[in-house]
Amino acid sequence: MSISAPSMPVSRAGRPLLPGDRPLALLDSSGMPVGQDDPPVPGLAAGGLEMPGPDVLTGLHRSMVVGRRFDAQATALTRQGRLAVYPSSRGQEACQVGAAHAMRGQDWLFPTYRDSVAIVSRGVDPVEALSLLRGDWHCGYDPYAHRVAPQCTPLATNTLHAVGLARAAQIKGEDTVAVVLLGDGATSEGDTHEALNFAAVWNAPVVFLVQNNGYAISVPLAKQTAAPSLAHKGIGYGMASQQIDGNDPAGVYAAVRAAVQAAASGDGPTLIEALTYRIEAHTNADDATRYRSSDEVQAWLARDPVLRLENYLRTAGLLDDAALAAIEAEAEQLAADLRDRMNAEPGCDPAELFRHVYAQPTAALAAQHRALAAELAEAELAEAELAEAELAEQTGAGT
Amino acid sequence: MTSVLHQAARPQQPPAPAPVSMAAALNQALADALAADDRVLVFGEDVGALGGVFRVTDGLAARFGEGRVFDTPLAEAGIVGTAIGMAMNGLRPVVEMQFDAFAYPAFEQITSHLAKLRNRTRGQVELPVVVRVPYGGGIGGVEHHCDSSEVYYAHTPGLRVVTPGTPADAYTLLRQSIDCPDPVIFLEPKRRYWAREAAVLTAAGPDITAATVRRPGRDATVIAYGGLVATALEAAQTGAEDGWDLEVIDLRSLSPFDDETVAASVRRTGRAVVVHEAAGFCGYGAEVAARLTEQCFHYLEAPILRVTGYDIPYPPPKLEEHHLPSADRILDAVARLQWDDHA
Repeated sequence: MSISAPSMPVSRAGRPLLPGDRPLALLDSSGMPVGQDDPPVPGLAAGGLEMPGPDVLTGLHRSMVVGRRFDAQATALTRQGRLAVYPSSRGQEACQVGAAHAMRGQDWLFPTYRDSVAIVSRGVDPVEALSLLRGDWHCGYDPYAHRVAPQCTPLATNTLHAVGLARAAQIKGEDTVAVVLLGDGATSEGDTHEALNFAAVWNAPVVFLVQNNGYAISVPLAKQTAAPSLAHKGIGYGMASQQIDGNDPAGVYAAVRAAVQAAASGDGPTLIEALTYRIEAHTNADDATRYRSSDEVQAWLARDPVLRLENYLRTAGLLDDAALAAIEAEAEQLAADLRDRMNAEPGCDPAELFRHVYAQPTAALAAQHRALAAELAEAELAEAELAEAELAEQTGAGT
Repeated sequence: MTSVLHQAARPQQPPAPAPVSMAAALNQALADALAADDRVLVFGEDVGALGGVFRVTDGLAARFGEGRVFDTPLAEAGIVGTAIGMAMNGLRPVVEMQFDAFAYPAFEQITSHLAKLRNRTRGQVELPVVVRVPYGGGIGGVEHHCDSSEVYYAHTPGLRVVTPGTPADAYTLLRQSIDCPDPVIFLEPKRRYWAREAAVLTAAGPDITAATVRRPGRDATVIAYGGLVATALEAAQTGAEDGWDLEVIDLRSLSPFDDETVAASVRRTGRAVVVHEAAGFCGYGAEVAARLTEQCFHYLEAPILRVTGYDIPYPPPKLEEHHLPSADRILDAVARLQWDDHA
C-alpha cells in the first residue's frame, strides 16, 4: 500500500492562506500607483487590491489630516497635564483611518488604547474618545452608539470579544463584521492565538488588522517572533492572510474593505498584517531614544502616509491648495474645540463609583455609597465653615 | 387504562417527587433555560456529543442542535472571551469550564473584562454570562481537578459568585443565574453531583443573593456552602445526639454576601463556625468572620472559628481525606466555642 501525501489546501474560499513575497500596496511611498502586474517600485505588489474611488480617497485624506491634528492635540494636552497619558498613533493614520472607513455602519470596531484616531474616524466624539486617557471614566462613549467597543488596554483580549460578537451575529443571521485592531506585540499573547483559531474554526466574520509598528513599547519585532512575517501565522489556523503596506491609505482601505466583504459573504475571517511605524514614543512617559535610532525614525517619516495620499490626490487632480487649506482649517477647528472642552474640568460624580458595578447595587455597595456621601458632605461643611471663618477674619481685620 | 373520570375520583394528593441528582437538576435547568429563551447558548469543551465530562449537558446538543449547544476548541480564555463578545451582541451564553483549575487560563478574561465591562461602560454593556465551574475535592481526583477557587472570583467586584448545596437548589440557582443581568460564576460542588434528593425543581426560591437556613438550631451557627453543606448537616445531626442544637446556614451566594440572614442567625445563637474546603489563609471564612465580628460583636459568646482545608496545595487522592473538613472536625470546633455548660 502506498502512502500518498494528503492534499494541502493553501487557500480558503479562493483566498490564499499565505502572504505574497512582497507587501501589497496601491500607492508607493511617493504616492505613485503601484502597477497591477509589473510593479514599477521594487518591494511592493498590488496583489489584486482594488483602487478606491475618488470620493473614498478624498474622504480618507480628510480624516487622516483631521486625525493627525487630533493626535497632536492630545499629545499637547498630555504635556499640559490634561490627559494622564496618551499613546500616539502618529504615522499609523493609514491603518487608523483606512480601517474605520472600510467598515460599514453595521460593523463593529474593537480598538486598543492606541486607536483613538480610528475611534474618532468612526464618529465617536473626540472628548468622549479621550475619557479613558483623561481619567474621568474608563470609557467615555456608548459602545452601541457607533459600534465601537471600549478601548482595550490588556493586549489581545479584544480579539476574542470580536470573535464572539461576530459569532453571535452569525448565529442570529445578522450581516455584521467585527474588525479588531491589534499590534505586533499582541500577536505574542495567547489570546491572539485562541482568537485566530476560534474565528477560523467558526468561520466567523472577523477581520484581524495587525498594525505592525515595529515595537512593543521598546521590544523590536525581531525579539517578538521568529516567523517569516506576522501574516505567515494565519496559515496555521487555516485563515486567509495578507501582508500590506500599512502606510498606504488606499491599500489599507482596499484590503480591509475586501476582507469585510469576504467575511460578510461567508468566506470567513482574514488576518491582515499592515507594516507601519510608531513615529512617537510608546506614550509621553516613554523615552524611545533608548532603544531606536533617529535615522530609523527619519526613514519612516519619509514614508509618511498623509503626504503619500496628498501627492496622489494632487497628481490626480483631486486636491488643490484651497481644498487642503479647508481641510486644515477644519482640523484646526476640531483641535480648538478639543482644547476648550478638555480644559474644562470633567464633571466626575463619586456616586458613579458604585452605580455600574452590578445591574442593581448590592446592599454592601449601597452602604459604601452612603458612607462616601456622608464623608463628602462633612468635608463640604468643614470647607464652608473654614471659608466663613476666613471671611470673618478678613472682615474683622479690615475694620 | 386510566380514564379521566377515574383520575378525578382519586384523592387529591400530589405524587411524591422523584429523587433527583444534582447533575440531573443542573441538566434540567439548562434544558429549561434553553427552551425558555432563544438567546441562551451552552458551550465549552466536550459539552456537545459527550454531554460534558460530568454529563451535566447530556442530551442538550441533540435536543437543541449544534447552533445552541456546541463544543469549542480547547481554550478557556477563548471560551470566556468569545462569550463576552456574544453577550455584547445580545446572547446569553452559559459556558462550562471543565474543572476548577482548568478555568485559570480564563482568569484575565473573567477578572479584567467579564467583571468590569458594565462598570467600564457606565452600564451600557451588560454581560449576562454564566461561567459554570465544577469545583472542590472529595472525588479522588488527581492534581488540578479539586481546587476550591471561589475566593479568586469572590474578590472581584462585578462578578456574582454562587454555589448550590442541594440538587433542588442547583436547579433554582442555575435558572436564577441564567436570568441574571450580571455575570455569574456558578460553582458546582462536584462531590455532590450524584447526591440525590426528592425535590420539585422550580426556579422560584430564595433570591439569588440570599443565604438560607437549612437547619434551625439554638446553640451555634454553622456556616457552609457548596460541597460542605451536607457535611455541616451531618455534623448537626450527629451533634444533636450529643445535645448540641446547631443551626446550619447554606450561603448559596458568596458574592454578594447575605449579611442580614447570617448576622441574624449569629445574633440568635451567639456562636459561629465557618467551614470550607479551601485553604484557611485569606479564605472565604476570613471574610465571614470579619463581617460577623463587625456586625455581631456584642452578641458573640466566643470567637468565630473556621474549619477549613490546610494551607497546602490540594493533596493527592490518597491523602485528601486528611485535608477535607469532616463532620467530626466541625463538631470539634463547636466544642471549642467557650461553653460554660458543656464539659
